[in-house]
Amino acid sequence: MPALNPEIRRKIESYLPRYPSKQAVTLPALHIVHDEMRCVSNAAIEEIAEMLDLAPAEVQDTMSFYEFFHTEEAPMGKTRLWVCRSLACALRGGDELLSHLCRKLNVQPGDTTADGKITLEFAECLGACEGAPAVMIDDEHEHNVTPEAAEKIVERLRTPLAG
Amino acid sequence: MAEFEPVLLRRVGKVDSAALSTYRADGGYRALTKALNEMSPAQVVELVKDSGLRGRGGAGFPCGVKWTFLPKDHPGPIYLCVNADESEPCTFNNRILMEDDPHQVLEGILLACYATRASTAYLYLRYEYGRAYRVLQSAIDELYAANLLGKNILGKDFHLDVYLHRGAAAYICGEETGLIESLEGKRGWPRIKPPFPAVEGAFRKPTVVNNIETLACVTHIIDRGSAWFKSIGVPPDPKNPRDAGSYGPKLYCISGHVNKPCCVELPLGVTVRELVEKYGGGVWKGRKAKGCIPGGISMGIMTESEFDTPLDFNGPGRVGCLGLGTAAVTIFDDQTSIVDVLYNICRFFAHESCGQCTPCREGTGWMFKIMERFRRGQGRIEDLQILEEVGKSIGIMPGTTICGLADGAGWPVKNAVAKFRLELEEFIKKGVQSESALPLAMAN
Repeated sequence: MPALNPEIRRKIESYLPRYPSKQAVTLPALHIVHDEMRCVSNAAIEEIAEMLDLAPAEVQDTMSFYEFFHTEEAPMGKTRLWVCRSLACALRGGDELLSHLCRKLNVQPGDTTADGKITLEFAECLGACEGAPAVMIDDEHEHNVTPEAAEKIVERLRTPLAG
Repeated sequence: MAEFEPVLLRRVGKVDSAALSTYRADGGYRALTKALNEMSPAQVVELVKDSGLRGRGGAGFPCGVKWTFLPKDHPGPIYLCVNADESEPCTFNNRILMEDDPHQVLEGILLACYATRASTAYLYLRYEYGRAYRVLQSAIDELYAANLLGKNILGKDFHLDVYLHRGAAAYICGEETGLIESLEGKRGWPRIKPPFPAVEGAFRKPTVVNNIETLACVTHIIDRGSAWFKSIGVPPDPKNPRDAGSYGPKLYCISGHVNKPCCVELPLGVTVRELVEKYGGGVWKGRKAKGCIPGGISMGIMTESEFDTPLDFNGPGRVGCLGLGTAAVTIFDDQTSIVDVLYNICRFFAHESCGQCTPCREGTGWMFKIMERFRRGQGRIEDLQILEEVGKSIGIMPGTTICGLADGAGWPVKNAVAKFRLELEEFIKKGVQSESALPLAMAN
């Protein structure tokens, strides 16, 4: 059975007319697969490569440059929770917020909680410095995240109804 | 000085400010209509050149001049890459423009493409701006529906497609050739220049790379003229024949230890002190400032005694900083350790060096390791000299790397050693031990 279902393939193909080269669809394809499957498996890399007339190593080369994409050895949880660690947030408690969440979720940055709900990661500047300390839930910013606000976010992400 | 009336932010915060209907009701796409009906592409280039508009992304290169570097009579295609990878720490002005007034940006893109005869614009957007992505996509959809994108825009022989291209959280993709490589589906490794993108850029075709705020300025220059633009900001220094001036409005980000972190629009040339006191609500907790980073962390560090420096394209350089950068000011108060600030900055660059050039990959790594050693209480006085030497020898200015990332990594280190030497020496002598394995507390 192929790793990429017809729906994912259709989405990837829809990007082809946008660019003069098929290789340019690499990042969009990685995003599409990663969003749906919470990682990009080796089988998926091979199939993306085939769709874009590339060698699997070329897709792998690009993918590994961005720490963003999870491999099948460590897939993402249901939600990715990023905590900004850059200067503007660090000055207003960003590092403490990250430690607090590590303790609360019992994980290290980069890990996923035992229930598979949350992958906690540090981020370099999220560009939400007027709301420092800031976090990002998948790709939406949350501003002024106190430890109490962080606990509420965690609670929300852990309820079965979330998302 | 009379209160400055915002131009770029004038619609931010209004109801439905992202919608085409409200943008049009506020005079939107008037500049585009004017350009397409009354001006040739060359006249648009000339007007932007005459305005003195300099790029807002960090380097400050004159925008109109950049456009003239494209080869004449090229058969095409020519591409516009819009740099919305805004990843310089402490910078968020472009995010506000895209989220709250996307049509102002898109009108600038249309005008730039008309001027440069570009047929496709790729807006390279950092992944972290998810909201901006969705807002821009619906704005683009509105434009196609209104025949303001696609074929024969406004009935003219002008065709344009705009595509959003999402990044994947890599700082280096904001470097213009790193951006192009990433767009092409490769590692975001900056290219050796020349050839410059104007000659051989995206997909080996002539390419212009412009920043979001720069393009938003283009909209207003076409609408209101270059004389209007030049009535704002700072004229060139008559004693410096190479100075192109600092004209126009600028978005300043204020963050860190201030009471009201915000983004404010002012004429170029406002001082750090004015930003902090008048717009940032003063330093928090009734404290005094110790210093700031004046334009994103790459531009170096200013001490509190340098806060009267005007933030135009020349000011920061006069106090040893690299330049205006993104004009994002982050204040740290007098209870902040300069060691913590440097540690944070060095960690960023060590993490974000793309690894292509050895001096940057190793240099940023070693500067971070030295800062870690400081924090463990194992710093040595001679480390300060090593920091300074590494800071001076990595980068495109000393000629040891392909792009400017390492210059930005070295600058705050050089500035800190020069401007906060006593504090650093005292810290080293005390041999303070860090309490936790995780980063030290910086907020008090």
